[in-house]
Amino acid sequence: MFSNRYIFIYASVMVIVVAAILSSAATYLKPFQEKNVRTEKIMDILKSVNIKAEKAEADVMYNKYIVEELALNTDGEATSIYKDQSFEKGDIRPFDIKLKSEIKKKELLDAGKDAEQPNFPLYICNKDGETYYIIPLRGKGLWGPIWGNIALKQDMRTVYGVTFGHKGETPGLGAEIATTEFQKQFIGKTIFDDNYKFTSVKVVKGGIGTMPVDQQIHGVDAVSGGTITSDAVSKMIADCLKNYEDYIKKQIK
Amino acid sequence: MSEEVKQREPLFSPKNKKLIFNPLSRENPITVQVLGICSALAVTAKMEPAFVMSLSVMVVLAAANVIISLLRNTIPTRIRIIVQLVIIASLVILVDQVLKAFAYDVSKQLSVFVGLIITNCIIMGRLEAFAMGNKPWPAFLDGIGNALGYGWILMTVAFFRELFGSGTIWNYPVMENLGLYDFGYKNNGFMILPPMALIVVGIIIWIQRSRDKELVEEK
Repeated sequence: MFSNRYIFIYASVMVIVVAAILSSAATYLKPFQEKNVRTEKIMDILKSVNIKAEKAEADVMYNKYIVEELALNTDGEATSIYKDQSFEKGDIRPFDIKLKSEIKKKELLDAGKDAEQPNFPLYICNKDGETYYIIPLRGKGLWGPIWGNIALKQDMRTVYGVTFGHKGETPGLGAEIATTEFQKQFIGKTIFDDNYKFTSVKVVKGGIGTMPVDQQIHGVDAVSGGTITSDAVSKMIADCLKNYEDYIKKQIK
Repeated sequence: MSEEVKQREPLFSPKNKKLIFNPLSRENPITVQVLGICSALAVTAKMEPAFVMSLSVMVVLAAANVIISLLRNTIPTRIRIIVQLVIIASLVILVDQVLKAFAYDVSKQLSVFVGLIITNCIIMGRLEAFAMGNKPWPAFLDGIGNALGYGWILMTVAFFRELFGSGTIWNYPVMENLGLYDFGYKNNGFMILPPMALIVVGIIIWIQRSRDKELVEEK
């Protein structure tokens, strides 16, 4: 039989050894994992403007098509401009901004609490001579975070393409937002009406047939059985795009 | 290893061969012992994730078996289950981290199921039943054998589910290249859903028992 003393020492030593092994493995593998996450982000951004990038060439394609990165404050002014691999203004690379924490800051400010000024990233893409504006999205789905990118055409109100991703929406229902069939619906919809009043693009339960005809350009069909996720997508698009409203209005004038 | 030399037992003695080959058929962890069913249902919609899952289970099971077998005389009986769990859990975290670093796409597909290898009954079962009482080499073979037994069932199920559910084999569009869609053939969406995995496993069990009558329990 083993004494209590032995059991305690055995357990302690085991835990320390295991902790050491795991933390050194995590430290060693971290750069590889971060690179994967980064590459995925690039591929997502490019996918919203219909550019299919292979993993290996993601960086090259990104530098080729994304000509400018901006960080915008809530007044629609650029606090950071990153162009041709160098800073024209500011020192935060918009690509490295974590949207999640910026949205949190915005929420705190809106609630009247103390927080730093948020900066929202905007990517400007040049493809075949056309300019597209790519806005990253992030929100809360039914089971976890949902995210995506929305690309606007030069008029800054017509949607050119979208991508959505999710952490764990219900397969077959809410998870359908990640399919091309769902995302295709957004193409050609507008986020402003003719007078540049912000309308966003709504995901409509029951289909856009239930909307007034002149509003249908601002809506897409929801996923059947995925009402909460669909509503979450609506809210995510509206909340995130609202932060860019001032900037867009300034650009249009 | 020195103990083995003393006994002069060849590395692949008939006894050791049994350790590898028995779990493939007569002692198969899935079809006969009915362990690890949960992951067999979850990751078999496509062959690639099924393969990575089998490989991960093999690494974890073989390594855990060897480590437990090496430590078997030092592990206090009263906390042996906890010791086994800690070892399995750390190995699983290692596998998960490695996948995230070098096979990111697959790790995203497997998502939570890699973590759930920890709760795969096959692993705890083998540690408790075999590694705690055997030398490292047989324990290693036992681990590989059982993981192979688990893996081949997973791959077979995944083969049929992917072929009929998505019309592909290992992401290669077989049905499309055969031109079957032109004749009005449609993929069966039901094959992708978990219940179909249960039915496919059931068919495999049925075939196996109809060929090996000894497996059929008496009423």
